[in-house]
Amino acid sequence: MSELLTSAEVASFVARGFLRFDAAAPDELNAAFMAEAGGAAEGGWADRKAFFKAIAANQIPEVPAGVPLGDAYAPGSAVARLLGLPRVRGAIESLLGAAPAFDHHFLHVTFPPDFHEARGAENLSQPLHQDSTIDPRLSFDVQMMYFPHAVSREMGGTRFVPGTHLHKVSEVALARYQNLRGQQHVVCPAGTLLFLHHGLWHGGGVNRSPNPRFMLKIRMHASGDQRRGWDLSDLPAGNARRPIFFLKSPPTAGTVETILTTPEPWFEADTGRLEYVNRIKLWRYLTGEPGWDADYWLTRLENRAGAGE
Amino acid sequence: MSEPSGARQIVMVLYLENSALDSKVIGWAVHDGTGAARHMAGDADEPPYESGLAALLDGWRLFQASQLLPHHRGDEFDLAYLKYEFFFERLSEVGG
Repeated sequence: MSELLTSAEVASFVARGFLRFDAAAPDELNAAFMAEAGGAAEGGWADRKAFFKAIAANQIPEVPAGVPLGDAYAPGSAVARLLGLPRVRGAIESLLGAAPAFDHHFLHVTFPPDFHEARGAENLSQPLHQDSTIDPRLSFDVQMMYFPHAVSREMGGTRFVPGTHLHKVSEVALARYQNLRGQQHVVCPAGTLLFLHHGLWHGGGVNRSPNPRFMLKIRMHASGDQRRGWDLSDLPAGNARRPIFFLKSPPTAGTVETILTTPEPWFEADTGRLEYVNRIKLWRYLTGEPGWDADYWLTRLENRAGAGE
Repeated sequence: MSEPSGARQIVMVLYLENSALDSKVIGWAVHDGTGAARHMAGDADEPPYESGLAALLDGWRLFQASQLLPHHRGDEFDLAYLKYEFFFERLSEVGG
């Protein structure tokens, strides 16, 4: 059974590049994962060497790129059961269609200060970056981040910047941006999941707690049509031609038009409008409605009536 | 090695909402050449100044600003890096 996303949730993903579900995995499953991953939130390793020895012997498999996601993990394993949760299945199906494929996964472990001190290294956060490399596609992959134990602010948390996913940048070239208004740090209960558009800018936070921090990231992609895979029952027919700019009351909250034209705190004044243009293009792609628009942003640019077209 | 002394550069990069120096700060980075502080990604959720002008009023010296460039035909709607980047410096004495 799948718990599909709503149109408003998918619109939010299109606009902001992520969906977050707190405590989506039950404690029993989180504990099973930590055991299979070779770790425990309380730590207990003498040093990095002992830690890596435990990780090397864990039950997280090496998986070939491109296999069907459903074949990537042994039935009954913690990750297989995680992927089988209705909320998880539904989110993946909604964003990638019925045939998601596995790209890669990685067990991210952020070490506590003494692990760094022991080898004379600085305890630093990971610079802001976009994964993989320059990716000009309109179609997108999804990266699922699974936080199997509670994450406190002291543990750093994964940092990400909502709304950055539509920028065509080259991986860590954007490391110069230490901080952006509106950045978020994943401080969360155990079992929290993030579903990210592959382009979202993010980085690991510095861990100042005494314990290692675990996060499993799985990148997955569509192997068939990824459009219109969510619960379409609340998808409005056509787009609302509502008044724009000169308004006597705030726009109706929660509509697709409002979601796609809500700015982020870091938006530049002029390119903030290009953000809307690109969000609308992505919504057109996902809905398969090439003429759809929000607040005339693309209609205005596409108007050829004056040229007799 | 002897104790370092002399002037050191503290560099602050501000990303503004538009090309005007008095517009709002949307992003920032600081690198302290005195070694007194170690700044890094994600270390502050509030900007050091509300605008570039506020930094000037506090004594920072502007030494570089990004250019305004035309938009190449065909990629007018593409988004990439932040456009309004301003480098500031402050000198601070160490040791001595």
